[in-house]
Amino acid sequence: MAVGASQSQSQSSLQPHGVMQGYDPGPFFCEMLRQGSDPDPSLTLLLSRLAALPIESLRQRATEAERDLLERGITFTVYSDATAIDRILPFDLIPRVITAQEWAQLETGVIQRVRALNMFLYDIYHERTILKDGIVPEQLVLGNSGYCEAMVGFDVPFNTYVHICGTDIVRDEEGTFRVLEDNARTPSGVAYVVENRHMSMRVFSDLMTGLRVRSVDEYGLRLHNAMADIAPAGVADPQVVVLSPGIFNSAYFEHVFLAREMGIPLVEGRDLTVENGKVWMHTTAGQAPVHTIYRRIGDDFLDPDMFNPDSMLGVRGLIEAWRKGNVAIANAVGTGVADDKAIYAYMPRIIKYYLSEEPILPNVDTRICAEPDALAYTLDHLHELVVKPVAESGGYGLLIGPHASKAQLEEFRTLLKADPSNYISQPTLKLSVSPTLTEDGVRPRHIDLRPFAVTGKDTWVLPGGLTRVALRAGTLVVNSSQGGGSKDTWVLA
Amino acid sequence: MDTLPKQRAIHLIARHAESTLWLARYMERIENTARILDVTNTFARDADDTQNWLSIPRINGDLREFTRKHPQATQRSVGEFYLLDSENPSSVQSCIACARENARTLRALISTEMWLQINVFHGYIKALTPSSITADHFTNVCATLKEGTQEHTGVTEGTFYRDQAWHFYMIGRSLERADQTTRLLDTRFHSLAPQFTASDADLDAGHWNALLRAAAGYHAYRREHPNGYVPMEVAGFLLANTAFPRSVGLNLGQIGWHMTQLRTRYGLRRLSKALERLEDLNAAMTYPNVLQLGADKLSPFLDFVQGQIAGLHGDVVETLGL
Repeated sequence: MAVGASQSQSQSSLQPHGVMQGYDPGPFFCEMLRQGSDPDPSLTLLLSRLAALPIESLRQRATEAERDLLERGITFTVYSDATAIDRILPFDLIPRVITAQEWAQLETGVIQRVRALNMFLYDIYHERTILKDGIVPEQLVLGNSGYCEAMVGFDVPFNTYVHICGTDIVRDEEGTFRVLEDNARTPSGVAYVVENRHMSMRVFSDLMTGLRVRSVDEYGLRLHNAMADIAPAGVADPQVVVLSPGIFNSAYFEHVFLAREMGIPLVEGRDLTVENGKVWMHTTAGQAPVHTIYRRIGDDFLDPDMFNPDSMLGVRGLIEAWRKGNVAIANAVGTGVADDKAIYAYMPRIIKYYLSEEPILPNVDTRICAEPDALAYTLDHLHELVVKPVAESGGYGLLIGPHASKAQLEEFRTLLKADPSNYISQPTLKLSVSPTLTEDGVRPRHIDLRPFAVTGKDTWVLPGGLTRVALRAGTLVVNSSQGGGSKDTWVLA
Repeated sequence: MDTLPKQRAIHLIARHAESTLWLARYMERIENTARILDVTNTFARDADDTQNWLSIPRINGDLREFTRKHPQATQRSVGEFYLLDSENPSSVQSCIACARENARTLRALISTEMWLQINVFHGYIKALTPSSITADHFTNVCATLKEGTQEHTGVTEGTFYRDQAWHFYMIGRSLERADQTTRLLDTRFHSLAPQFTASDADLDAGHWNALLRAAAGYHAYRREHPNGYVPMEVAGFLLANTAFPRSVGLNLGQIGWHMTQLRTRYGLRRLSKALERLEDLNAAMTYPNVLQLGADKLSPFLDFVQGQIAGLHGDVVETLGL
């Protein structure tokens, strides 16, 4: 992080002071200090405002925010044997800022990726040219647990399968944005994007004064428009509903949010029936037609006729109604094959194949061990790599090289050699950090970013995103189940 | 005067309509329970005035369950049974849990302020312990419960969008109020103090005083009847007076108006059965009719009214076809 002479004067104003004193991002890229790049005037202003606040004021506001979240019931419920505890997703009140220039890259990169995902899904459920051309191994797709045979030959409006996409993006030590994962099934978290903004405005409005932060309030409108886009042809004012598993689902708060923002009913499977190949909702005045379903239920539970016969959450006959073109379902069934770890490794090639473009947002360097060069490299650098099995998600059989013992490395080497096509390898990530309020004061903590893209006829990306933060020192895990929290994400205009 | 633009039908999910009824009923029930506990506490001769305290499980039909758990009816045992006991479905604890669950179901429909208030109120009630409802705190807790439900009523009045769901909500509230008022009245005429015959109802004025206060009707009653208490007049006031907010008659009238709105504005034709039942019940809810019943026939009449109120609830739910 050499600082050029021409920048040194302005750079000096970005040195941690006040409440930021002692803040040291170390080898990681800091989203606030931006080592090595031209300081952004908005960030400089933000940093000086932040630094000038007494730590007590920060803590006081943090306490208020936490109480506010609990009172508003912006919670997810954790069930154990006899008790149900409402937990909040911890909110760190120091915002994560994305400059206009960075956002331009993120936005176009996400749009490109969503296009490629949709083209890939269309292809594998139709002509399968990408498989025939040997770009992606056939077995990886057809043998994938997310692949859905019932989708073969079925056309969806605008060839859009992934209407709502959450793209997990990290930033490496060079400050390069990289895609870590695509979430193309039923990605969650968008409610926090909007609620975190409201929270910021409630407890920290003085921090935002005069900064041109882009609004996140349009999400409901855009989503509703996209849901109306895909409704069956000829319906003038389509009825859209959000389909939720119900109040005991951990993401129920978000389902409520979505229904409210779109001004539409929040229904459960038991509120819907299929008759004469059409979907109806059960209202006070009798049956009323439903044209688009934004479902927050997994494929397996959607229709007991087609998938899990024991599912109480879904709607019998729904898929048949969908196939007849009488209702639209978002996201489409069978998108899980596209956001699978195995396919992720091929995404740069998939983008090039369909769009003849370089990926605007690179992947994390991923080696596909099925390929000899990649296998050789992986075996040589095992101690510094993360090796993931592709067949199953959930972290089972994962090797984190730098943390593994010699014996573990040797054991894994044998596994890898025996079945190389089951593995991909990646360098250990040096996620960027953001100043975060901790017990020790304001300290760097690792973060990621999940922007949300909405696609009907075309794709729109919410200017913002869910920034998750690993609140424990040193850890890279941002998941809420493992001590992760979230931050408001400011995209500058 | 049509305030709703008719360009598109705004549907209400049938299940949500039922939840709305229940949300209103549970919140209203909490207020009534708090009122009865508070008045009993104030007018019981001392904390162990068993007859007075026992009247509460009686009106709620909880006598068997209560005596199974508590050997004696005291401020403490009745207080714990109705404020804290989550095994007792009519306790404040159970009611707020159910109210919150219904509010959660309706979260996309009700106002944010309604949800916030219920959620915070739920937090307050959930945190109550035996030590927070001891004699020196009892009145305060009852007052806070009353305030909490009245805040709910006020927030609802000021923020709840008045379409179908609101009408169902208002029907639920009025059903519960009417029901609670009959139960309150029943304690004095039937269940309480077996040493008096019902016709010998020239009871302790303090009891009438307490009864009217529990219904927040003492001063209104005084204005209408400045001289003492005539039991059947109290009954007439609580049943047939159409100016008193907690009277059965007034609430039946409101239910009728809301049902008619649902029927005519939203096309819920199936409510006609409920409206018929309501009409019959309303016809009986007049001063002359109540007065001519006499004290000894009042109790069976109250049972009949309670049955009809339950029937009304059932009729409304039946139209939802759930």
